[in-house]
Amino acid sequence: MNARFLSYLVKRLLMALLTIFLVIAITFFVMHAIPASPFSSEKAKSDAVIAALEAKYGFDKPVVVQFWNYLKNIAHGDFGLSTGWIGNTVIDLILGGFSYSARIGFTAGFLAIIFGVVLGSVAALRRGKFLDKLIQVTTTALVSMPSFVMATILLLVFALQLNWFPSLGNQPGGLFLPVVSLMLYPMAYVTKLQRSSMLDVLGQDYIRTARAKGVRNSRVIFKHALKNTLTPVITYAGPMMAYILTGSMVVENIFSVPGLGRLFTNSMLRTDYMMIMGVTIFLATMIILMNFIGDILYKVVDPRIDLG
Amino acid sequence: MADKKFKNPLSLQIDPGLFEKATDEEKAQQVTMRESVSFMRDAMRRLRKNRIAMLSLVIIVLIALIAFIVPEFYPYTYTKQDVTAQNLAPFRYSAKEQMKIDKGQSVFPHIMGTDNLGRDYAIRVIYGTRISLLVGIFSALIVVVIGIIYGSISGYFGGKVDMVMMRIVDIIYSLPDVLIVILLSVAIKDWVATSKSALIARLGAGMVSIFVVFGLLYWVSMARQVRGQILSIKEQEYVLASKAIGAGPARIIRKHMIPNCVSVIIIIAAMQIPSAIFTESFLSFLGLGVSIPMPSLGSLASDARTALRSYPYQLIFPALAIFLIVLSFNLLGNGLRDAFDPKLRN
Repeated sequence: MNARFLSYLVKRLLMALLTIFLVIAITFFVMHAIPASPFSSEKAKSDAVIAALEAKYGFDKPVVVQFWNYLKNIAHGDFGLSTGWIGNTVIDLILGGFSYSARIGFTAGFLAIIFGVVLGSVAALRRGKFLDKLIQVTTTALVSMPSFVMATILLLVFALQLNWFPSLGNQPGGLFLPVVSLMLYPMAYVTKLQRSSMLDVLGQDYIRTARAKGVRNSRVIFKHALKNTLTPVITYAGPMMAYILTGSMVVENIFSVPGLGRLFTNSMLRTDYMMIMGVTIFLATMIILMNFIGDILYKVVDPRIDLG
Repeated sequence: MADKKFKNPLSLQIDPGLFEKATDEEKAQQVTMRESVSFMRDAMRRLRKNRIAMLSLVIIVLIALIAFIVPEFYPYTYTKQDVTAQNLAPFRYSAKEQMKIDKGQSVFPHIMGTDNLGRDYAIRVIYGTRISLLVGIFSALIVVVIGIIYGSISGYFGGKVDMVMMRIVDIIYSLPDVLIVILLSVAIKDWVATSKSALIARLGAGMVSIFVVFGLLYWVSMARQVRGQILSIKEQEYVLASKAIGAGPARIIRKHMIPNCVSVIIIIAAMQIPSAIFTESFLSFLGLGVSIPMPSLGSLASDARTALRSYPYQLIFPALAIFLIVLSFNLLGNGLRDAFDPKLRN
């Protein structure tokens, strides 16, 4: 941990915090630009009731004051009260949903990386052979399939036609299909990354040197090559997180998983602005932090990279 | 030689009378510069050799022709409902239509069946495809225009201007784009619904916000690449060499900057199209896309979920269409990258 690395770390952290602040500001001001009051869309209420409700939720103050208050509250972990699920705080709803989404999301992400690295390495080592071609065709097809298409087709085939898995996420084994539909796209992407990175590394001089001095093939691959191929995969961790979190919005709806994504789409239907803001900020923070961790890891595992 | 002027045969003095002017043809032989079109021609030749990319291109052209021409003479429209012909399977006829056929009248078959309101499904899928293609192409256009202008200004001026402009790009780059698209489409849904402009009302909240967000966020990778190219080309030795032999800025821009940027621009624009189509279908699936009754491939797939077990074909057709479109664009994009990337040239 030298001074250069530390200064990079601080710079990158400040950048991440600035981005989070920007997301909060964008979210807040976009939601406040909506002319309709969140209460006016509901059943007939008298003006006095609406005014009382707006005062209760602090909607009657100037926007800048509201923004400052909102920032202060967020810093204390208070995202306000939900207007769509009366009697619940936004943060409780978010954490409740996140426990499901995290389980699906991290499993999917973990499996995607493991399978992706293995498949990509195999394809690179069997370059030009049948197995390589098969893997390439499959991954190309998989990255052309939106998550909702994947999820609905899996639901149709494996849950409704073959009855192998339950169609609802809250039944035993019900999280299998959501995880699979979320992991296939990132898995295919990691496979592509890993294949080209493995091919690149295998062409390096130090691999030739290792082979020339008689090191066994398995040792060349695991000891010399694999470690150096993983850097592109690590940088994909952030974008993968973004894909999985947004993908879970449709997948959780399709399989009726009570996670964060379903909560988000439902809060749009109920025009629950506090909820929409809370979930957007929460998800964005997760994605930005994941990007941050990915970038830092990238520099840690590969000291050759210049810390610009 | 009879009329020797110099006495000493070893004299290095030159007799001008022995020389004659070169003809234009002979001059032309001395020009070693390749024709300026050869870069594009070169790339196109490589692209034509790539069978997968050419097949994808043919499929895209076919899909585009179907999407833009077929609705003009198709006997059904995407809005016309027929309560007697609900949820027909492909190539089935309703009782009313069967009677017409029995009487000897001809009824155009429902190639992909009908939906739960009795609308012909084939024309709805075709309209959805049209929306997807339009979104893809317009988004790519927005990205190309903004990205090139921003990137070339940043790269051309360099120094402080470049640093500030690239910091802005860094920040925009790290914003979670899909979340902001969703947020914007939620926010402008009401505004779109009450908008006086017929165009905006027809496009729908999702489409408007996609275009807005592409204009605000998605051009950054294009800007980065264009800037990077211009910065690195400025420093190249061949630019220095052409300056040394007297080439002006116009020639350097024409011969070196543009050909080197064109490849990056084409590659990124081609990659942008499938990503825009993905985003649009995702939003439509969530109900934030085009306004009813305009169909989109995403909203068709979403509607199909309610009766998935009974009418699976209502999912299969739009799913297949979107898969085919995105796959073709991806493969064409790969082909273009291989054909245009100067680093891979050999």
